[in-house]
Amino acid sequence: MASLAPTFGRGAMTNHWVDIKNANLVLIMGGNAAEAHPCGFKWVTEAKAHNKAKLVVVDPRFNRSAAVADYYAPIRTGTDIAFLGGLINYLLAHDKIQHEYVKKYTNATFLINGDYQFEEGLFSGYDAAKRSYDKSTWSYVIGADGFAEVDETLANPRCAFNLMKQHYARYTPDVVSNICGTPKEQFLKVCEMIAETSAPNKTMTIMYALGWTQHSVGSQMIRTAAMVQLLLGNVGMAGGGVNALRGHSNIQGLTDLGLLSNMLPGYLTLPGEKETDYPTFIEKRTPKALRPGQLNYWQNYPKFHVSLMKAWFGDAATQENNWAYDYLPKLDKVHDVLQVFEDMHNGKMNGYFCQGFNPLAAFPNKAKIGGALAKLKYLVIIDPLATETSEFWKNFGEYNDVDSSRIQTEVFRLPSSCFAEEDGALVNSSRWMQWHWKGAEPPGEAKGDPEIMAGIFSRLRDMYKKEGGAFPDPVLNLTWNYAIPDLPGPEELAREYNGKALADIADPKDATKVLVKAGQQLDSFALLQDNGSTASGCWIFTGAWTEKGNMMARRDNADPSGLGETLGWAFAWPANRRILYNRASCDPAGKPWDPKRSIIHWNGSKWVGFDVPDFKPDSAPDQGMEPFIMQPEGVARLFALDKMVEGPFPEHYEPFETPIGTNPLHPKVVSNPAARVFKGDLEQFGTAKDFPYAGTTYRLTEHFHYWTKHAVINSVLQPQQFVELGEELAKEKGIANGSMVTVRSNRGHIKAVAVVTKRLKALTVNGKTVHTVGIPIHWGFKGVAKNGYLANTLTPYVGDANTQTPEFKSFLVDIEKA
Amino acid sequence: MQVNRRQFFKICAAGMGGSSLAVMGFSPAVALAEVREFKLLRSTETRNTCPYCSVSCGLLMYSLGDKAKNAKLNIIHIEGDPDHPVNRGTLCPKGAGLLDFVHSPNRLQFPEYRAAGSTEWKRISWNDAFSRIARLVKDDRDKNFIAKNAEGATVNRWLTTGFLAASASSNESGYLTHKVVRSLGMLAFDNQARV
Repeated sequence: MASLAPTFGRGAMTNHWVDIKNANLVLIMGGNAAEAHPCGFKWVTEAKAHNKAKLVVVDPRFNRSAAVADYYAPIRTGTDIAFLGGLINYLLAHDKIQHEYVKKYTNATFLINGDYQFEEGLFSGYDAAKRSYDKSTWSYVIGADGFAEVDETLANPRCAFNLMKQHYARYTPDVVSNICGTPKEQFLKVCEMIAETSAPNKTMTIMYALGWTQHSVGSQMIRTAAMVQLLLGNVGMAGGGVNALRGHSNIQGLTDLGLLSNMLPGYLTLPGEKETDYPTFIEKRTPKALRPGQLNYWQNYPKFHVSLMKAWFGDAATQENNWAYDYLPKLDKVHDVLQVFEDMHNGKMNGYFCQGFNPLAAFPNKAKIGGALAKLKYLVIIDPLATETSEFWKNFGEYNDVDSSRIQTEVFRLPSSCFAEEDGALVNSSRWMQWHWKGAEPPGEAKGDPEIMAGIFSRLRDMYKKEGGAFPDPVLNLTWNYAIPDLPGPEELAREYNGKALADIADPKDATKVLVKAGQQLDSFALLQDNGSTASGCWIFTGAWTEKGNMMARRDNADPSGLGETLGWAFAWPANRRILYNRASCDPAGKPWDPKRSIIHWNGSKWVGFDVPDFKPDSAPDQGMEPFIMQPEGVARLFALDKMVEGPFPEHYEPFETPIGTNPLHPKVVSNPAARVFKGDLEQFGTAKDFPYAGTTYRLTEHFHYWTKHAVINSVLQPQQFVELGEELAKEKGIANGSMVTVRSNRGHIKAVAVVTKRLKALTVNGKTVHTVGIPIHWGFKGVAKNGYLANTLTPYVGDANTQTPEFKSFLVDIEKA
Repeated sequence: MQVNRRQFFKICAAGMGGSSLAVMGFSPAVALAEVREFKLLRSTETRNTCPYCSVSCGLLMYSLGDKAKNAKLNIIHIEGDPDHPVNRGTLCPKGAGLLDFVHSPNRLQFPEYRAAGSTEWKRISWNDAFSRIARLVKDDRDKNFIAKNAEGATVNRWLTTGFLAASASSNESGYLTHKVVRSLGMLAFDNQARV
């Protein structure tokens, strides 16, 4: 998500599941939808069957998506930027781009700061001691009028387009093949197929998942794909887009609601400790348009922020106290999970809550995670199931060999309800907020999460009332007007995040007219105010629960266009739009690039169509407003400015544990120079000398993470832990199919059954043979399946430089007969 | 008179001979050969969505019990919702096993506590659990809350306790959790979006 927002403006899947059927070409790379998202994958099948679409799969393994693909190409794990960078080079060299789209809807024509440069694997501004960049040169040339300068002719060598061309000229087919291990002719075949979708009436959709996010350069892999789609003119189109297939059912929703160290709901951000002054804080987040006539939607930032503070703190948030600015904690740095467990491991933390989360299994280097938990004073588990984390202190023989008597952590385990036992909404990958209903009571004494949070909070608040204590104000003033204070209802909470008017809201065009009366639910975030007269707990969700009721519970599946735009089904944020940036599905004059896939168009007086326009509804094409309304320049970014930690253009860096030990593009800068690595973890990285094989983790269609090993039928289908290796490696190591093997990394080992297949082939990389060992993740020491090792015993403690998502997909292992 | 097979036999057993009832014109409208009533017919249907991946397939859940005040609902069957625009009635091998997740023998039933150094769980009451957790939280927060940093700027943060939220929980749970966590000044806060 940290790559889509800098490129397009919002961090979410651009299109939606059913829309995949409109594609002419489907690229699955960095994911395995047939296995991991089977019921979404049916729309690929639909596209193939009814739209004559072709499916291309690029993956280290001939996986189940590849099994039904029209074309498959292998790739070494962790090298996708090299592959996609080579694709960009191919598209430019063969002039297979959609020129008008690139010129009008991207920052191709924008002039870049004269001091920006890229040399020997590093961008300008690198500080080796800090492992970070001064990003000030990664910027536009700003003219005297305050706007970014552009050259519509693209003649200026400092145009983003020309810098991009120069950057990727190094990624020739030979270079790509040498790094990725993909045979050159196979790489070229994929390029050829993708290049065809540069025609304005042809689209490719890209489907990816954790196969791209779980790398130390994961965000930049996704950004490279986003750039490809911009060059081909495939963003905003039905059947196009960059489609992030999220993992959990509400991972989109919890991200939207900002449950991350540095975020607030609706992609608002927490202040840093240097932002001591409220006006400066708010000004920094309220951009000025960088080109004339742009909507620059984030100019409304103060309205969203003030409405949030009113929702959370009610009357205690006033103009005088800067809307309770002091109530918000100020960041010294981002406390992402890797940072937190590093701190915990160093004895700097006392307490931890795990609400439906199993970090012992889900975070890298299990030994470090278990050791960190053992240093806590207290741990609170809130979960429907008996997780490994909840029993990290218990000895399970070889799978969790600990001495309970030496672990002084107090542990509380609180039973929570599951999906079937509650009412509420989840946001799927397509941004659809869908309401669901309770079908039974939870077992025993289990309670819903809101009741558990309320139970702890109400006692805490009572203690602060009675005893006082450290800064009690935000605790005492937190809005808590639920009918039953110990049992906040899902409807009440949904109404609260939607938002309501606190005073009458007058029509800005006619002050005598009242648009919304005080106390009424808001039906659009356009009504939010920055003067404290509206409250909204998550501005992008406004419209989900209006005066008309629960929009998320709508069940009209009518599809008048036949394109799958079911606007009456549930509610999609923002504003019920189904395809983001859909203004870009039309040419600059407002005519659809492809009349057969028209989702919106300009009818002479406004934008109309089968989708809700992601645009100012009455802005005529000749007014020059561009489609990417969240960006201050109005266009999508080929050049990412300073929004990415390791550079404005994605560059190939090797995984931190690389099987070739070098980076053929620039041997002095091997891995991501801006990724954060803690000292103790650096020492635990292995090298190819001791661990010669590329290890990669993946999922199976019968299991979901570490949950379904608690379900009988799934455990019957896949009962026992296994690892997958290719026939060549098996022969070399004398490993028979079905025998037990030990897989080691520099952090630990697992034992599992060897499954020898033709699906994993040795690749030739930089003159060396590289084998891959595949490690499905689904076993552990709790559940009804056969006990096994947590796969994260093996994985390295390093994350993506932007998101800190751990590098679970590329590391080094050795394998031998057990 | 509309009677099904089961009612027909009940009436018969109640006294009159079956043949005489039939002679009187009270034969059942449906074939007597019907094996038994389809049990989902007498269950309560509830709409839900799959909690696993982000396709969020529509579900139909069937529970025994009619939602009457004292009837305890028990989910006996889960299948795909044919009205749902994405999954159109289908489920994958994960979703098809959801009933076994709902009824897993490893579902937690009661609040439990593990003391420092102990090898076992002890059952405790909700009230005990809430009060003791609140006490631990407050003591840690009061002791380690940072009101001002070294430069004297107001920072109002608390770093010694952290919270991981679940991205399979609902928006409503997530929203409430965020509110509570931030009001305490916590920054070590994340969900599965990070991994």
